Amino acid sequence: MCGKLMSLEMGRPNYALEIATHNDFGCMNIHFVLLVSRQGKVRLTKWYSPYTQKERSKVIRELSGVILNRGPKLCNFIEWRGYKVVYKRYASLYFCMCIDEADNELEVLEIIHHYVEILDRYFGSVCELDLIFNFHKAYYILDELLIAGELQESSKKIVARIISAQDQLVEAAKEEASSISNIIAQATK
Amino acid sequence: MNPFSSGTRLRDMIRSIRACKTAAEERGVVRKECADIRASINENDPHDRHRNLAKLMFIHMLGYPTHFGQMECLKLIASPGFPEKRIGYLGLMLLLDERQEVLMLVTNSLKQDLNHTNQYVVGLALCALGNICSAEMARDLAPEVERLIQFRDPNIRKKAALCSTRIVRKVPDLAENFVNAASSLLKEKHHGVLITGVQLCYELCTINDEALEFFRKKCTEGLIKTLRDITNSSYQPEYDVAGITDPFLHIRLLKLLRVLGHGDADASDLMTDILAQVATKTESNKNAGNAVLYECVETIMAIEDTSSLRVLAINILGRFLSNRDNNIRYVALNMLMKAIAFDDQAVQRHRVTILECVKDPDASIRKRALELVSLLVNENNVKQLTKELIDYLEISDEDFKEDLSAKICSIVEKFSPEKLWYIDQMLKVLSEAGKFVKDDVWHALIVVISNASDLHGYTVRALYKAVLTYSEQETLVRVAIWCIGEYGDLLVNNVGMLGIEDPITVTECDAVDVIEDAITRHNSDMTTKAMALVALLKLSSRFPSTSERIKDIIVKQKGSLLLEMQQRAIEFNSIVDRHKNIRSSLVERMPVLDEATFNVRRAGSLPASVSTMAKPSVSIPNGVAAAPVVDLLDLDSDDILAPPSSSGADFLQDLLGVDLGSSSAQSGATQAPKAGTDLLMDILSIGTPSPAQNSTSSIDLLSTADVNSNPSFALETLSSPAPPHIATTASAGGMFDLLDGLSPSPSKEATNGPAYPPIVAYESSSLKIEFSFSKTPGNPQTTNVQATFINLSPNTFTDFVFQAAVPKFLQLHLDPASSNTLQASGNITQNLRVTNSQHGKKSLVMRMRIGYKVNGKDVLEEGQINNFPRGL
Repeated sequence: MCGKLMSLEMGRPNYALEIATHNDFGCMNIHFVLLVSRQGKVRLTKWYSPYTQKERSKVIRELSGVILNRGPKLCNFIEWRGYKVVYKRYASLYFCMCIDEADNELEVLEIIHHYVEILDRYFGSVCELDLIFNFHKAYYILDELLIAGELQESSKKIVARIISAQDQLVEAAKEEASSISNIIAQATK
Repeated sequence: MNPFSSGTRLRDMIRSIRACKTAAEERGVVRKECADIRASINENDPHDRHRNLAKLMFIHMLGYPTHFGQMECLKLIASPGFPEKRIGYLGLMLLLDERQEVLMLVTNSLKQDLNHTNQYVVGLALCALGNICSAEMARDLAPEVERLIQFRDPNIRKKAALCSTRIVRKVPDLAENFVNAASSLLKEKHHGVLITGVQLCYELCTINDEALEFFRKKCTEGLIKTLRDITNSSYQPEYDVAGITDPFLHIRLLKLLRVLGHGDADASDLMTDILAQVATKTESNKNAGNAVLYECVETIMAIEDTSSLRVLAINILGRFLSNRDNNIRYVALNMLMKAIAFDDQAVQRHRVTILECVKDPDASIRKRALELVSLLVNENNVKQLTKELIDYLEISDEDFKEDLSAKICSIVEKFSPEKLWYIDQMLKVLSEAGKFVKDDVWHALIVVISNASDLHGYTVRALYKAVLTYSEQETLVRVAIWCIGEYGDLLVNNVGMLGIEDPITVTECDAVDVIEDAITRHNSDMTTKAMALVALLKLSSRFPSTSERIKDIIVKQKGSLLLEMQQRAIEFNSIVDRHKNIRSSLVERMPVLDEATFNVRRAGSLPASVSTMAKPSVSIPNGVAAAPVVDLLDLDSDDILAPPSSSGADFLQDLLGVDLGSSSAQSGATQAPKAGTDLLMDILSIGTPSPAQNSTSSIDLLSTADVNSNPSFALETLSSPAPPHIATTASAGGMFDLLDGLSPSPSKEATNGPAYPPIVAYESSSLKIEFSFSKTPGNPQTTNVQATFINLSPNTFTDFVFQAAVPKFLQLHLDPASSNTLQASGNITQNLRVTNSQHGKKSLVMRMRIGYKVNGKDVLEEGQINNFPRGL
């Protein structure tokens, strides 16, 4: 079905569609995580509140425009559509997280740093290329760090342990598959 | 591997995409890859699925459509191996969101995986559920998640806890099921589990009052102990961040204590000691420590009054404010805004520092500081603060001027001690940042000027001087033109000199120069030019010596490419030329604009028709001058074309919207019985510049009559200002005709249109919507729908908003609902008007979305209505 959603009532502005669930109590809730390179290329996006595809690209365009143009030494927060975006630059990458107005911006900076440190340990001095070719790994790590936009683990060691346990499971499955296909290949020879 | 699949490896694809030099080239590569993936999907080979999905995720990240891969995610999740499931769940979270119906198909797989024997598979399922579950899935899977909170492995417990926060956010009714499990998590030693457990408790407390009471009674002391232990703990390398042991846990504990202490003196009392300890002992030279302090201050300010702690908190904020780190200063400004509520004096002490922050190079800090300054303003310091801000306005960045000038205007309007000061400050703002000032601000200024009769002379002279220097500030020019037009004689004769003024000599010619300038300057917009024409017309009568020159200027505008300008020029020319005898009364000074009405209109709290009906004496001035005055008021006639229902339109326009209606009605009325004179017709027609306006205004008239459902009242108010030339009875007859023919009468409706049965448009566990239908006779395309919202739950819904969308062949108009609060088992109604351009071919469909708050929590319901009766 096509057509615009319209609403003309009760003095509530019509941007309800752009903005997803808004928590009045200002509880710590990251709405989305965004990694953008200095050239404006998206390296990772994770949405914890529902946004349509169209809204997502709009958000990315708007934010990368603002963030990439901010000078150095300015504060790491921007106010955007009634939300706050906390960003931090690491080498050529900007890590951005969007939170509610009332949330603790300084803590989000720590969460970003926490994530970067874990990535760094996992890849061994991580660089942008690692995150491009192993983007799925970056996602896996993020999923061990945040669920529903909330932090789940404050120990870097535990995150690393859980990730490597899962990587091993994948490796084991691969080996098994190749040994089976070897057996099949030999049997059919 | 299928030897015939032409697919490349993921790594190769990324490489070839990165090698692209142009966007077109990249699109080409992606298109080819997508085609390959589609082909591979159609072959349905399980070996390629893994790789296809990984590629699709990369393509998705670049912003290309990838919906065709959604089903592949589901297949991978359903397959037995861990690697397939891992990538499948990742794809699910990336490519889908909770609004897609495909997601429902995954519920069953999720249920199985939540019961899987491999804990990592359970972890994957919990993670996916926590990130994208919808309300329906939350309901279906809540029991599984609840059970997993008690799982033996801490990795699963923490995931289940966060998954539960999402579930209770989506379905607040489920909160009570989780209370016990959540409280058991608070006793954990594992930091991850503790962090997520505290988060879950926090969530439950904010959703459910009983849960809050429960945790307050049972857990406050335990939490305080946990916080004390963690604060006093020795160095733990695993959790240490810049000398603080697990700042994340600190922050979550402080946050939970905040809700427990808020509104409860006993609980607040218990936590005083530990809060004081955190506030004094936390290292503040690194970000992690400051994050903890920030949270601690926030908690101190939210819990019940413990004034010694608050002094401590304000001191911390003072330290933050003088920090060199911009981040810290930013949060300090933010927190001081909250601190004003309980200690205005303490915040006032930092006023100088805060004012400095308004001038910071960082836009975020400037914005915060400006907000804070506007909260600090009171009657005593308004003059000083305004002066500071206006001084800064002169040198500030262009892109900050808009915010800054808006703030200054609102401060000045709110706290101005006297009119003279107000006018002075506004003139300064308009001179410095006139092009950024919003319409309602300069409209308000005009209203104030019009009311300050003793300052007319002073104002017009000050404006004259300002406009000579700042002629590029559009709104300044507009106000100046308006004032010169109205009070030109005071300008020239130095009438009403104030002691503070230096006398100036302005000739009649100079005054006309200014206005001619505004008309001829190429970058003036149409509103300014149109206002300038009106001002000239007024001056032509006030300054007889310039009459010929003004006539020339007006004649020149007859050739304007702008229809509005051309029309005004022709009309005004004919007034100047042919109707000298009535000109002076036509261009009389505007009656004083009513401030109260303007403020009401500006706030937009009343529908247009009601307020103007209530104050006809204001909107329709006396005597022959009625129509022209209406027109002179018409500053923004181009905007009038907008439908009258676009509320929030400003006072002047609204005045006009209805006034035009009355004048056109009068002209219509006089035409029928041929009672009025031609001259009068001529004057009246000025009030109705274009046919389009005419039609909107008659609609307006109609709706006015509708609202009153008493034509004689409308008649009375409309005909009372009618010029004595018109026989009142004649126009009355005309009015009756007019109204009779147009207004819908309910009795006809009942007999004419076929009856449509009401339908239940939507029903959920908490809400039912019924639609009843009626048609307006003679207009089969349009259906009036009365929607009735019935609350089936025991809770009150607040901020209730109904939104609807229709396909292009339909047009939808929503009236405001009868209320935005829906009492338990109560109901409210809202009228909708749907126009079906394909009437008889297609029937109505509608998609709708309802948002409201229950116990402060947002709830969203959506649905599609397909069961409209046929033939609507």
